[in-house]
Amino acid sequence: MSLSSAALAQRPNTPPIYLDNQSSTPLDPRVLEAMLPYFTEQFGNPHSESHVYGHNAMAAIEAARGEVARLIGADPREIVFTSGATESNNLALKGAAHFARAHPVGDKVRDHLIAMTTEHKCVLESAAALEREGFAVSYLPVEPSGLVSPDRLAAAITDRTLLVSIMAAHNEIGVIQPLDEIGALCRSRGVLFHTDAAQAAGKIPLDVEAMKIDLMSISGHKIYGPKGVGALYVRRRPRVRLLPLIDGGGQERGLRSGTLPTPLCVGLGRAAELARAEMGEEAPRVQQLRDRLYAHLRRRIPDLQVNGELEQRLPGNLNFSVPGITASALIEACQSVAMSTGSACTSASVEPSYVLRALGLPDDRANASIRLGLGRFTTATEVDFAAEAIAAAVSRLRQAGGAFGAG
Amino acid sequence: MTRRETYLDWNATAPLRPETVAAVTAALRDCGNASSVHRWGRAARQRVENAREIVAVLIGADPEGVAFVSGGTEANQLALLGSGRERIVVSAVEHSSVLQALQHAERIPVSADGIVDLGRLEELLASDPRPALVSVMLANNETGAIQPVADIADVAHRHGALFHCDAVQAAGKIPVDIVAIGADLISLSAHKLGGPPGIGALIIGGSVEIAPMIRGGGQERGRRAGSENLPGVAGFAAAADAARHRLADYERAQAQTLRDSLEAAVLATAPEAIVIGAATPRLPNTSAIALPGVSAETQVIALDLDGVMVSAGAACSSGKVGPSHVLQAMGAAPEIAGSTIRVSLGWSTTEAEIEHFLEAWTAMYRRVKPRAAAARAA
Repeated sequence: MSLSSAALAQRPNTPPIYLDNQSSTPLDPRVLEAMLPYFTEQFGNPHSESHVYGHNAMAAIEAARGEVARLIGADPREIVFTSGATESNNLALKGAAHFARAHPVGDKVRDHLIAMTTEHKCVLESAAALEREGFAVSYLPVEPSGLVSPDRLAAAITDRTLLVSIMAAHNEIGVIQPLDEIGALCRSRGVLFHTDAAQAAGKIPLDVEAMKIDLMSISGHKIYGPKGVGALYVRRRPRVRLLPLIDGGGQERGLRSGTLPTPLCVGLGRAAELARAEMGEEAPRVQQLRDRLYAHLRRRIPDLQVNGELEQRLPGNLNFSVPGITASALIEACQSVAMSTGSACTSASVEPSYVLRALGLPDDRANASIRLGLGRFTTATEVDFAAEAIAAAVSRLRQAGGAFGAG
Repeated sequence: MTRRETYLDWNATAPLRPETVAAVTAALRDCGNASSVHRWGRAARQRVENAREIVAVLIGADPEGVAFVSGGTEANQLALLGSGRERIVVSAVEHSSVLQALQHAERIPVSADGIVDLGRLEELLASDPRPALVSVMLANNETGAIQPVADIADVAHRHGALFHCDAVQAAGKIPVDIVAIGADLISLSAHKLGGPPGIGALIIGGSVEIAPMIRGGGQERGRRAGSENLPGVAGFAAAADAARHRLADYERAQAQTLRDSLEAAVLATAPEAIVIGAATPRLPNTSAIALPGVSAETQVIALDLDGVMVSAGAACSSGKVGPSHVLQAMGAAPEIAGSTIRVSLGWSTTEAEIEHFLEAWTAMYRRVKPRAAAARAA
């Protein structure tokens, strides 16, 4: 199935093949179509209660809220729109911590949080900010597979623990955590369970009831929706209380002030609706493509090493290292494929991924790690081309010897 | 027959400018995360930085000082909470996002026209040596009253305080220049000037340190984390650029001419009507009109039934019934504060739309006049 070098040569002026869907997904044209009217004729401020433009905008937002809720088995009243998953994660951790400090129950002190060492930067940074405010945070190590051990988590929970934050599916290595088990454990110990589901929502089935999730962060632009919008699921029964990060007009039941961006909310709703309707067909198709990519790469690069547990991961994710070739050298040598080291938000830095180091991988392997993210619009032709282009780049680099070498 | 519709609630949100629609739809079709290193990521980064420059130009700022955020509310909160100042001093007529930001904020009273009392500000700042931040909006969202912000900045700086100016309503309607004002921090919102909702900026002066409220990947020079909202940023820039170019040409004069004719006609029909803040400098597009004895709610509902969309105050506090905190701070009697509607015009408002408003308003007035007269007599 490999393409001829002539076919390869024809591509230099075409855009690179997009295999960076964990960083951002393209907007689904059907989402765009749903959004456009709310940029133009339906532009009213949804909080304007005095006229029909405002009412129409609010009705569209409420319909979107319902779709987001349905995607994760929640009630629409449990969905708070935010500007994205980073804000959702900040709101979940800081909001819960600040509320617990402001409203202690009896003489019980709840000032301890637990997060995985491999959480997204915005969870780790929120936790660090809370530490500076006097909260205690335990950073839970992960197994070499990237998975948390529920036993280790159980041992880390104390009677002061307020909240556990465990990412549902990992942004770099794609591994999916045992959410039911973690949820059941947290519920039985009376601890809030927050999960950053920016990568998982819309890709794998999630159910806040079955998984006993109390807080869940969702991103628009990771599920073929727009950038600049996300959501936080906040459980109502038993009620989870937060203090807002952003105060003002009291929108979103006081949890998040600011004029709601109608087109963005509508886009997130439509994206959630499509993801729910198509996940059953899409996930196996994307996984098949991922497996095809992996098999092809493996054939051409026999010493390729997969990072993290391959079996329990997002259908579209592949994270690997090629011994002796740094990720930046490979990205440089293979510009016809858009891929990444680590996560986008930290990829401007050249340090080895803290995530891969947390798996216990040595620096040279962490430095070599490449993330490929396949998505809804990835085709078999693209996968074959990408595999061939990556393999060819690896051969070139290896022939060039130590010039781009390890390290 | 299609219903005739006239939108005169531009201070709540403005329709997107054609330039914005083009920029937003183009950007929505692009993919890529501005922090990714591959070609798509780099192209996205370039677009964000271009937009940053254009937004900076709108208010004469340095692009490095532009931190994109999710909107005016977030910009205001970031300014107040991120400044780290122990004392926060705000005017009594600020937007709820400023008033609600901190429980302990001290309030500067305003005159009957809604203008900050500079003497009281001076006293407040002199009374307590702790480092302060003064926050006063450039133009009021409900009345359009324009504050003497350069004088306020001067007083603030003389006392070692920072000056934050919420220019959300002013930007795009009147010229705003960060240097001329002498502001250390300025808040902007895209959707008030014809950009998309969900994007705004806090403009941060060179010497000011702002601690982030939303932490994560370190975007926006560490001041605001989160993947960049590319279509939002592109649309914001397109709107800012259009507003800047068209402001001087005719938008300002056009809005003011129409607004003034509207007010004159209302007063000719109903001599008892009151234009709030008429004697003070105001935004050219904003009119707050009280019809004493007739609740604002009655008025806006009647107008809406005739296809004319105005508001009874700020949209963001819609839903909370009660007289406007702005008019109360100005010392307006309850029958005035509860009877004031806000009419706000925009760049595409036409004479025909003003006529439509006047027809609907006059019809409403004729219906309620006997009741209003009775209420006054009682």
